[in-house]
Amino acid sequence: MQISARRQEQTTIFDVSGDIDFANSRELRQSVLQEIQERHAGRVVVNLSQVRYIDSSGVASLVAGLKTSRDLGSRFMLIGLSPAAREVLQLSRLIKLFEIYDSEEQALAS
Amino acid sequence: MLALYSNPKWLSVVRGAVERLVETLGFPPVQCRSVIRAVDEALSNVMRHSYGNRLDQPIAMYFRKARRQYEGEVQEGLEILLCDRGPAVDATKFHGRALDRIRPGGLGLHLVRQAMDTVEFTRKGPTNRLRLVKYLAQSNSAL
Repeated sequence: MQISARRQEQTTIFDVSGDIDFANSRELRQSVLQEIQERHAGRVVVNLSQVRYIDSSGVASLVAGLKTSRDLGSRFMLIGLSPAAREVLQLSRLIKLFEIYDSEEQALAS
Repeated sequence: MLALYSNPKWLSVVRGAVERLVETLGFPPVQCRSVIRAVDEALSNVMRHSYGNRLDQPIAMYFRKARRQYEGEVQEGLEILLCDRGPAVDATKFHGRALDRIRPGGLGLHLVRQAMDTVEFTRKGPTNRLRLVKYLAQSNSAL
């Protein structure tokens, strides 16, 4: 997995690529939480368009980001879900919790 | 048979191997993803819970064809046996969480059970054995 961040005013966009699994999901969690807690990003967008696989620990990392965002009054969005990522969120019934958009443009316009 | 250590770096390798296997056996894409997810989650659970995140513990995986009679037709499929030598697991706790609560904990086991037709846990001597079976509808079979 590779993760990089782009910052535009109060928005941070994480571009994630590769597989998110038990080997690396902690890295995603730490990156996202640090952005929300320390940089006080008002809006965090996680771009999963280059993520082919995400496991339950990856989902847990996204949920941690969502909860922390809610606690601190910021928004947390997902974009570009692959079929595998969408399936795992649907199967866990956690998909309804997230703001999900097809593209970055849609997320930023919302 | 696959023999590996309990280092999470091997998860992607196993996913790749299982992906080739289920594709070759003729499982449709959605079921391929389900089986891959189940194996990955089961293996992660062994690394995390059975071996407490130690990286050097042995895990063995066995793959073989399965067959059953189901509603008047023969169904063939894939049987996966996942073996570890961690402490005995309380089989009564071997179930996923109820999904009526909004939290991710226990999700891995839920995904395993959702994906597979059979999920059986047994303890044999010093070995925890998790048996997973997924059957393929006859019309899709490439076995």
